[in-house]
Amino acid sequence: MTAVPLLWLILIVLALAAVGYVAGRSRAMASAGGNSRALHSLPGYYGYNVALTVLTPAFGLLALWLLIQPVWIDMRVSALLPDSAIADSSTRDLVMSDVRRVAEGLQILGAEGAPDVVDTSFLEGLRDRLGNVGVALGSEIDAAVYRAALSYQDMTRVGTGLMWAAVLLAAVGGFALSYMVTNKDFRARNTVERGILIVLIGAASIAILTTLGIVLSMLFETRNFFADYPWQEFFFGTNWAPDFRGNSELAILPLLWGTLYISLVALIVAVPIGLFAAIYLSEYASNRVRAVAKPAIEILAGIPTIVYGLFALITIGPMLRDYFALPLGLGESSSSVATAGLVMGIMLIPFVSSLSDDIINSVPQSLRDGSYGLGATQSETIRQVVMPAALPGIVGAILLAASRAIGETMIVVLGAGAAAAQFNRGLGELVNPFEAMTTVTVKIVSQLTGDTDFASPETLVAFALGLTLFVITLGLNVLALWIVRRYREQYE
Amino acid sequence: MTDMTASPAEAPRRNGSLLTADDRTRRRNAAERRFRVYGMIAVGLAVLALVFLLTSIIRNGAGAFMQTYITLEVALPEDKLDKSGTRDIEELKKATTFTYSPLIKDALEAKIAEEGIEIEGLSKEGDLISKEAAAQLRNFVLANPEVIGTTREFEFLASGRIDGYYKGRVTMATAELDGNISPEQLMLADALKEAGALETRFNWAFITAPDASENRPEASGLGVAILGSFYMMLIVLVLALPIGVAASIYLEEFAPKNRFTDLIEVNISNLAAVPSIVFGILGLAIFINFAGLPQSAPIVGGLVLTLMTLPTIIIATRASLKAVPPSIREAALGVGASKMQTVFHHVLPLAAPGILTGTIIGLAQALGETAPLLLIGMVAFVREYPAAPPEGFFDPASALPVQVYNWTTRSDPAFVERASGAIIVLLVFLLIMNTLAIILRRRFERRW
Repeated sequence: MTAVPLLWLILIVLALAAVGYVAGRSRAMASAGGNSRALHSLPGYYGYNVALTVLTPAFGLLALWLLIQPVWIDMRVSALLPDSAIADSSTRDLVMSDVRRVAEGLQILGAEGAPDVVDTSFLEGLRDRLGNVGVALGSEIDAAVYRAALSYQDMTRVGTGLMWAAVLLAAVGGFALSYMVTNKDFRARNTVERGILIVLIGAASIAILTTLGIVLSMLFETRNFFADYPWQEFFFGTNWAPDFRGNSELAILPLLWGTLYISLVALIVAVPIGLFAAIYLSEYASNRVRAVAKPAIEILAGIPTIVYGLFALITIGPMLRDYFALPLGLGESSSSVATAGLVMGIMLIPFVSSLSDDIINSVPQSLRDGSYGLGATQSETIRQVVMPAALPGIVGAILLAASRAIGETMIVVLGAGAAAAQFNRGLGELVNPFEAMTTVTVKIVSQLTGDTDFASPETLVAFALGLTLFVITLGLNVLALWIVRRYREQYE
Repeated sequence: MTDMTASPAEAPRRNGSLLTADDRTRRRNAAERRFRVYGMIAVGLAVLALVFLLTSIIRNGAGAFMQTYITLEVALPEDKLDKSGTRDIEELKKATTFTYSPLIKDALEAKIAEEGIEIEGLSKEGDLISKEAAAQLRNFVLANPEVIGTTREFEFLASGRIDGYYKGRVTMATAELDGNISPEQLMLADALKEAGALETRFNWAFITAPDASENRPEASGLGVAILGSFYMMLIVLVLALPIGVAASIYLEEFAPKNRFTDLIEVNISNLAAVPSIVFGILGLAIFINFAGLPQSAPIVGGLVLTLMTLPTIIIATRASLKAVPPSIREAALGVGASKMQTVFHHVLPLAAPGILTGTIIGLAQALGETAPLLLIGMVAFVREYPAAPPEGFFDPASALPVQVYNWTTRSDPAFVERASGAIIVLLVFLLIMNTLAIILRRRFERRW
């Protein structure tokens, strides 16, 4: 890696900025004749101004360069590779990754690894020597690959050199420029504050960039997927049977069925428990009970999902199988819809209860008092006054919980099984809660982990699944937030 | 209930005393009690679920912190280990673990003879000792070539089944059915324990050692995973805290109400609800496939977790900025501070405890996150510790929750114990972080 020299460059720029601070500050003081009251701004601002003008262009340029250089060199070197260097079974991308690895190995070997004159015996030896320094290659090194690796290395070296020069130039240029303008009448504070504001805006925009990154990365790969695989089949087919040798059937419906069924079971568990717990804790519980029960339920929310997954795998799954599925003759798998649904339900209890708690508490006390005044009991008040008033909010909370359930991964990976629902086996098997059933998220994980080839539809389908998942959860969230917000305004 | 919807005309007239309840009142009171009991049941179920979850994990995982060791006197003959007699490291390396394992077996047999242990039908006594032992012995000899030719005392890991025997996972009955262990071997283990050559004690290696392969669960540990998780938390802290605070300051203190800031707000609240696996896809597509960062590296995991943690930190920071009363700002502005100075010199320090608490809670969330890390290749089997930062950020590493997942996919039941043990470690870290957050809040929180 080039991490270490890069670190030096960063340190040099930082040092320059530090020097800039001192220089800017003292120049401003000097121009005011040592009297800081004659300055427009506090002396420190003149220093910050110089430091910022050193840092911003230098680091901006550095980041840009680091992004663009590898792509650009890849394009150039890829163009150098003759078509003959690419075997039939291979692709240009695979050969390019070999080139990069060889170049990386040569870098480690240093000068002795790269003579100008190349013969076959040298190439044969090279693979072993690269292996010795930890760069393992799948096949013998082709002469064309070696030459490409050499030019790759050359370009990287030149590119890195240029980068150093450009970044240092930018830093020194910024230094000089801002140092020159520093005098006692320079409005340093305003300039610095404007700079800081831009940084703040930039930080806030990262949220937009992240969303954009998510959507674009998935859209791009999904388009590739639909180029290979008809979208009608994906959305309306009824069979999920990926096969890495080709001829896969990749329909989303069986996965979606599993996802929705498990989420439904989870909601059936979580909504009554969560809702009643929230009602009890906010309307009935004594302070002592509340002080114990509320944090306990909140602890459930802080437990990572992998813990729930393991709980499903080693405790709940075998338990449901031994006490329910086997005696009832409904199945013999310990991973099942019921297992995943039950555990996911437990996970969602604190989510439902804390959201409902907020909503119940925001129902105005006057409504309750009115109801009590008419002679209603506490439970009648809750059922007939508080609940109807809180209903939109609670529906919103349930939708949010549903979106959580649909996007949940680890519990279903460990608790729900890997076999997709099969529509042709009849309804009985589809609705049997003790049947193993897989979900969208499980398949995203299984299609994208391990050795993956980013050209095959079997891998790319994961991006289409991810995009579908994103759209569904986004839709649910937007709907839920809209409902909750509308409802909140009603009483404010 | 239905009786409430009945029209008032049908309601029976109250004739008796107010102090004696009539039927209708009794029904209503019963409904009231039922309703209250439902609530209690719900709370009880939730608390019960928590207790059940924790006890199940602790019961399964406590064993991982204990480990059985066998102490043996091993002879290290020169004619087997160093045929050349030069003690040259390259020469020594030629002796593989296959050369070393008979030495251990001999030592065990010598021990059995010495103690006079005789067990009917005993075979394959070498299986008592972990397959890791030969590698351990070889590494020791390679590091200390001068010990060749002497006899030294070594402490080896007992094999997973023997270890399981002392933790109740393996019994005589199950050993009968198990191809990997026999009741005779268990009796031998008991005899060795009697003789003091075998003991079960606290297992530091579980926390410090790297992962081990499929068939030697007794040697596997969490060292690489803890280090990997620590590196990622470091990256998340360094990136998410400043970015989150900067974003919050802008949105809370400076942002005008316009389309752009609305867009940011909507994005932040949506990102908080995006399924974590989608962030994994983002990491795979952008950081690995597009930017070319290495797979399984803490830097990629750290970046992905940063993006996931940002909304949490931003939401917490904005809440604590909002809690600083406007009078503070007005006073600062009144004595001539600029808006920026007001925020950085007065509002931000007052909001700092809240920000810190939010950050710790965000970090705790990130620490337990698994799904996105699976997609960026952190499931890989990693035995080498990553180097010190910054290069170490680019080395392959594992992460605590991913290690748990990794172990659950292996067939040996001893790994279930390891996985639960790893969960305990993870939960202890989370407990520490959350307690820290609570203490900070208690200690520094100000009510205005």
